[in-house]
Amino acid sequence: MILKLHRLIFAAVAFLFVGSPAIAGIFNPETATLDNGMKVIVIPKHSAPVVTHMVWYKVGSVDEPQGKSGIAHFLEHLMFKGTPKYPNGQFSEIVARNGGQENAFTSLDYTGYFQSIAKDRLDLVMELESDRMRNLIIEEAETETERNVVLEERRTRTDNSPGSRLREQAMASFYMNHPYGRPIIGWEHEIRDITVEDLKAFYDTWYAPNNATLVIAGDVTLAEVLPLAEKYYGVIVARPLPEPVKWIEPTRLVSQTVELRDANVREPSWSKRYRAPSHIYDKSEHAYPLEVLSEILSGGSTSILYSALVVDQKVASSAGAWYWGDGRGPGSFGLYVAPAPGQSLDTASEAMEAEIERLITEGVSEDDVARAIIRLQDSAEFAKDSFSGIARIFGSAITSGQTIDDIEQWPERIGAVTVDQVNEALRLVLDTDIAMVNRLLPLESAEVEEPANPEEKS
Amino acid sequence: MRTHALSNGPSNALAMAGLVVVSLAVLMATVSNARAVDIQEVTSPGGIKAWLVEDDTADLVSMSFSFRGGSALDPIGKEGLADLVASTLDEGAGDVDSESFRRRLEDQSISISFSNGRDNFSGSFKSLNRYLDEGIDLLSLALNSPRFDEEPFERVRGQILIGLSRDKTNPNAQGGKALFKTLFDNHTYSRPAGGTEESVKAITRDDLRQFVAENLTRDRLYVGVVGKITAEALAPLLDKAFASLPESGKPFEIPAVENIAGGELIVLDQDIPQSVALFAQPGIDRDDPDFYAAYVMTHILGGGGFSSRLTEEVREKRGLAYSTYSYLAGYDAADLLIGGVSTRNDAIATSLDVIREVWTNMATEGATAEEVNDAKTYLTGSYPLRFTTTSQIARTLAAIQYQGLGIDYIDQRNSFIEAVTLEDVNRLAKTLLDPDALTVVIVGKPEGVTPTGPAPVTGG
Repeated sequence: MILKLHRLIFAAVAFLFVGSPAIAGIFNPETATLDNGMKVIVIPKHSAPVVTHMVWYKVGSVDEPQGKSGIAHFLEHLMFKGTPKYPNGQFSEIVARNGGQENAFTSLDYTGYFQSIAKDRLDLVMELESDRMRNLIIEEAETETERNVVLEERRTRTDNSPGSRLREQAMASFYMNHPYGRPIIGWEHEIRDITVEDLKAFYDTWYAPNNATLVIAGDVTLAEVLPLAEKYYGVIVARPLPEPVKWIEPTRLVSQTVELRDANVREPSWSKRYRAPSHIYDKSEHAYPLEVLSEILSGGSTSILYSALVVDQKVASSAGAWYWGDGRGPGSFGLYVAPAPGQSLDTASEAMEAEIERLITEGVSEDDVARAIIRLQDSAEFAKDSFSGIARIFGSAITSGQTIDDIEQWPERIGAVTVDQVNEALRLVLDTDIAMVNRLLPLESAEVEEPANPEEKS
Repeated sequence: MRTHALSNGPSNALAMAGLVVVSLAVLMATVSNARAVDIQEVTSPGGIKAWLVEDDTADLVSMSFSFRGGSALDPIGKEGLADLVASTLDEGAGDVDSESFRRRLEDQSISISFSNGRDNFSGSFKSLNRYLDEGIDLLSLALNSPRFDEEPFERVRGQILIGLSRDKTNPNAQGGKALFKTLFDNHTYSRPAGGTEESVKAITRDDLRQFVAENLTRDRLYVGVVGKITAEALAPLLDKAFASLPESGKPFEIPAVENIAGGELIVLDQDIPQSVALFAQPGIDRDDPDFYAAYVMTHILGGGGFSSRLTEEVREKRGLAYSTYSYLAGYDAADLLIGGVSTRNDAIATSLDVIREVWTNMATEGATAEEVNDAKTYLTGSYPLRFTTTSQIARTLAAIQYQGLGIDYIDQRNSFIEAVTLEDVNRLAKTLLDPDALTVVIVGKPEGVTPTGPAPVTGG
């Protein structure tokens, strides 16, 4: 049960759109919709006799009731506990005994479950996965033990890491109204307060075939899969789903700096987060240009930011940018920098701001755009190399409101981006004082001790 | 870090839910074997050997290669040398300076990267076929005539120094260094593979050149290639990349570790809410006849894939941790059984007590027939999942050669596991597992534990 925190989401997004879709016809997905509304996507890949079988629910931390943060993720843990037919954790035992590997993940917008397994075991995992879509037992004692596991997970991911704690607090401020500001793993006090009834209600509300997408990548075809899908998933009755809340972020009028000083920070770092359109929220025509912009600024060591700040000016040890525009809600664009040895955080961050100012004035060049487009399109071919990677591309896109065409036509759409569009998007997003700066710093009094280290010389 | 191609690292320690051992005979069909991966041994006109698996799923080629000899060879006081070489080898070569070199790679989506373990120095290469010739040219340049110019050298060294500084408050990094320092005393394995701030500062560009000249040689090279390429097309590329390397390098021998420190408990004080514990005891040699019994046993104890005993006792029954695991880690001169757990400070002592009990119980009572069966069907049935990306397969091909396992190893491997019996596992558990031999390093503010000695100085 892994949990994708925001940073991981950005990594996944980078994979989705830097390491992913394809020249039309490359993935060649085969699709169907069951009578109960469950979507089926099969991406044949015959290089090994295995399949990755995933069920994606369009429910993430954004869908949690107020005061119940972490419930989507908590439920994901409990999904491994049992059903009347396969009680007491038999799900995992059976998958393992059949040579399968499995896991699950919870994100802002979706929750996914997957098994990778020999193709002749597909029938088995489909039976198991469909069983827990409807028949989960949520039991008091197991829930209490699992709550402690989740709290330990929170300590591992967040509490033990100053960078994660800063990010959690920053997100809570960055979003004024949208539930993207809530930590996926949940605030500790709310994790402690979630009840069995809350969990059951959340499960009953969202775990329905008409809220799910089946994605299978591997050594199969839709023709082979569809009868199984109908047999196992097709018999589950569709249920009415809540009307999705249309969260709108109010206009932000203030800039903000959030800063964490901590004894466990040795090296400072800086980041700045801007609001940005996403593929389906706000001015979405800027989404593809923003993907190209992110590649120009940050795609590799010859990108603009690394070249300027790390190589030429030597003020930074790392520098880059990210764009996240793949969620159901608002997007964001970010910049980050960490100083080189002997340089201050202010020197590094001021150099970053100056570089952005220069770009706003001068714009990126035709050549910058052309190079970025080639790299992004090349990445589509690399994406065909991984079973689970392909399945994730489709699952995350579909549960976040995008379409199969969006994936299949991605290379052409990226290829159509012009330098004027990139510069327009650049100025739209970055030419503003309304943004949030994050600063992670050592304690003011901290003195870096250099222990004499005689043993190293012996 | 090289581990056995077989080891169950924490990375595949899947977090599972509860395990109650109930037999489901209906579903206990024997898992079919991996479709044999068709490996060709290619020898180039210049005498470079490589194993090739053709795969035309995508129009690309992945290559993985490994030279015997890694950070264990770093000169005393220059720890981190191999690491620094790995990070600067792709920063300019021949008459191509760093910026141009990186630009040619990135503009053609060619990826070349290097990494080092304690015992080897590895590279990985991936390119779309339309850029393949250019990619191999650049790889050849990097291996045969790296420039190590001052600008990239100082830049990369600065990045490494920042990383080492960050590691000082990274409990896993600190714990790992302290564990190796404690286990291996004054052996070369006790030294941090990434070096210390002091040792990295002492490294010169000449040291890098010397490392390359002495260690990146043909007699130490193992190559695996996977992708849309034929043996005929590959052969000349192998020559271009590797044939000009020196035939042999400076001889070396890593002395076998004579004594692995057991029973130590070290605490590294850090103000964090959750203690991070790493533990280890002696493992088993890859060539030992009982290796596969140990592999199955370790999987039952703390492997990934389904609820291991550690996960069952620590996580499922008691909610003491999100993750706990064990795996066999093999090095050329030592073998370990390593584990880990992270638990809030006031309960880490309980987690460690439970883990020692699991250890004792496995040693004295052994595993059940059902556990052994389940472990075997998992380990054999999941083997094909390791052959699902070209880079993953290429890495496996290079590792099998490095370990001297033979070209039929992939076909035979499952039969080695199937041959393991309950008696093998239990006999092995009795001789291998020793809770008193566990050396534990805890980073945090653990309550209720008594260190056996002061924290070792590992630098940083």
